[in-house]
Amino acid sequence: MMSDDLTTYLVLSGALFAIGTFGFLARRNAISMLMSIELMLNAVNLSIVAFGAFIPGLQNRGAVIALMVMAVAAAEATVGLAIVIAIYRNRKTPLVDEYDAMRR
Amino acid sequence: MRAWLYLLAGAIAVGIVTTPAILVFIFGGQHIDDSLLIAFATLMLAAGIAVVTMRDIIRCGLAMIVCFIALAGIYVQLGAPLVAAAQVIVYIGAISVLVLFAIMLTQTKSGSSRLTFQTQARWAGVAAVILFLLISLGVIGTNWPDVNARMHVVTETLAAVLFHDYVLPFEVVSVLLLAAVIGGVFLAKREDPSEETLQ
Repeated sequence: MMSDDLTTYLVLSGALFAIGTFGFLARRNAISMLMSIELMLNAVNLSIVAFGAFIPGLQNRGAVIALMVMAVAAAEATVGLAIVIAIYRNRKTPLVDEYDAMRR
Repeated sequence: MRAWLYLLAGAIAVGIVTTPAILVFIFGGQHIDDSLLIAFATLMLAAGIAVVTMRDIIRCGLAMIVCFIALAGIYVQLGAPLVAAAQVIVYIGAISVLVLFAIMLTQTKSGSSRLTFQTQARWAGVAAVILFLLISLGVIGTNWPDVNARMHVVTETLAAVLFHDYVLPFEVVSVLLLAAVIGGVFLAKREDPSEETLQ
């Protein structure tokens, strides 16, 4: 049965992580990049919960660690979006390749 | 006329999500769990691809909400309903709203509708595909030791573990959240009070 197999969930998590990687590398908008990071964090969370559900030694710890990851992701989103808004106020653009003040 | 187009698009989307699930249900031994998982997985991956490829960034944010809902469904299937509830509350209720507000605060009228991707987008796609292949080969090739059937997380024992073995990380995370809140307010606040009166 497919849904009783750890491999299914791990491959699914890998696919979501790869999608997030593509978004982080390819998008120009800073908020799109932050959304891609959220996707990657969710992929990691999915694999943690899957390990917790299938490996007996991790039975409750998987869910606990997933909750911790969620809290850290919330903190990351807060600070990241605040930084984007602060930069937008100075540069008037959300595109990351126009943030070149330290390159000139 | 436009409403019909939206209805048609919705019907096509529903068809894309449900077709693999129905196929798995018919040909895969008629397990309802399997087809539910496939439906959630298809929805999650399709919404994830929509997040990274759509041009209108507001739609990207909405697709991200759909992706998180599907992920919450997968958590329920994995036997972790508390994590699913936290996913709905934290991600859909808080982070998505935060992201949508940030999008609305930073989009100019001229917009970035044409300028969605970097020039290296093609190589980023190649790298992502290679990463996915590496991860799945590694996962399939590994012989996982002592794997059981799916177990359900009992919320009572989870609470015992969280507030007994993991008290220190719990407190550290709460301090981290406090620091993030203060830092976010400090960063997003206007430095110059005279600027506020101008706008």
